Amino acid sequence: MNRRSFIALLIAGSATRGVARLDAATTKEVEVMAEKFDFTPDTVKAKVGQPLTFVLTSIDRIHGFKMPDFGIRTDIVPGEERRVTIMPTKTGSFAFFCDVFCGDGHEEMGGTLIVEA
Amino acid sequence: MLQADRRDFLKLAGMAGVTFTAGLFPSRHASAQAGGDFHFVQFSDTHWGYKGPANPDAEHTLEKAIATVNALPQQPDFIVFTGDLTHTTEDPKERRARMKHVREIIGGLKVRDIRFMPGEHDAALDKGEAYREFFGDTHYTFDHKGVHFIALDNVSDPGAKLGDEQLAWLAADLKQHKSDDRIVVMTHRPLFDLRPSWDWTTADGAKAIDLLMPYQNVVVFYGHIHQENHHMTGHIAHHAAKSLVFPQATPGPNAPPRRPPPPPYDASQKNLGTRDIEMGKTVTFVELPVAKA
Ligand SMILES: [Cu+2]
Repeated sequence: MNRRSFIALLIAGSATRGVARLDAATTKEVEVMAEKFDFTPDTVKAKVGQPLTFVLTSIDRIHGFKMPDFGIRTDIVPGEERRVTIMPTKTGSFAFFCDVFCGDGHEEMGGTLIVEA
Repeated sequence: MLQADRRDFLKLAGMAGVTFTAGLFPSRHASAQAGGDFHFVQFSDTHWGYKGPANPDAEHTLEKAIATVNALPQQPDFIVFTGDLTHTTEDPKERRARMKHVREIIGGLKVRDIRFMPGEHDAALDKGEAYREFFGDTHYTFDHKGVHFIALDNVSDPGAKLGDEQLAWLAADLKQHKSDDRIVVMTHRPLFDLRPSWDWTTADGAKAIDLLMPYQNVVVFYGHIHQENHHMTGHIAHHAAKSLVFPQATPGPNAPPRRPPPPPYDASQKNLGTRDIEMGKTVTFVELPVAKA
């Protein structure tokens, strides 16, 4: 785990009082690829209480990845893999989106995390 | 002309706008240092170059709004454009062509004193390079009849930041002012977290609000969200203006986590317009329609 995802987990986990136990066996990983002006996939599912790591790549230019409900954001730089980990603590639909202006279509560049019980 | 008179006048002229007054300049007493009363007009989010179903009339809407403002019985002292003058394009040549064209159309305003600010559509793809060629600095201050105006740039950084350098510049500027000076901040994006999951924020906007907090008479006018919105952070009022291209979805309590597309085009254009702002002991404003009823 790199330092960035550890910090993201601490932030996301801080509301859950001691749930922030992270080991490779229970963490779900999902690869999400960014390109103008889409994330693939743009719908991601998670379970309450199971940490989720987004493995983020871009194939064209710098994009951003932001999830305000989980207090995380990162740049996604072509040629690099960025990992951010969140701890879902409640069910619902939560937005993720590009927050680095990337052109005509930037405003529609986003997706949804669906957290199930 | 007294405020009430002018509003009646606007009504007579077919400008059936709603007047808004809300806790603005709360500490400004009648005895405070007198500056003459005046008014100015805010245009926002003209998105010149946009083509699409959200506004099939996009090529003419700005011209109509200019004609409406030119017909005001009392011309404003100046006009401000709070960003997204042009719709974004990745072609630097086309970007400049749109800027040139929109500047020509804006030249049709009777009022010659015009202040510009960029939006991310103008400035985020080239960090404001083309914008500066056509419209000058992206952040600056000016004073008018006893009111201090501050234009902030939260768009030419593609991450929607003011940045430490601009924040230091703002802090230094504010230091030269007394805590009861009248201050108007103009910017493109909301400085506060209006709707973070729709990206309706400024990454470091809270730092600017912190710097403004010690000043008692501050009001913020901005654009970006293509609709009226009125919000208080402490004693500081933030007012978003309508657009001149298309409205955006409203961020109500039952709105979805992701921002929906703009609503279908309404040919009455009642969701579009400009804003006439009167600066007196209080700040009042009237939303002006694109075209007279
Ligand atoms: Cu992007």
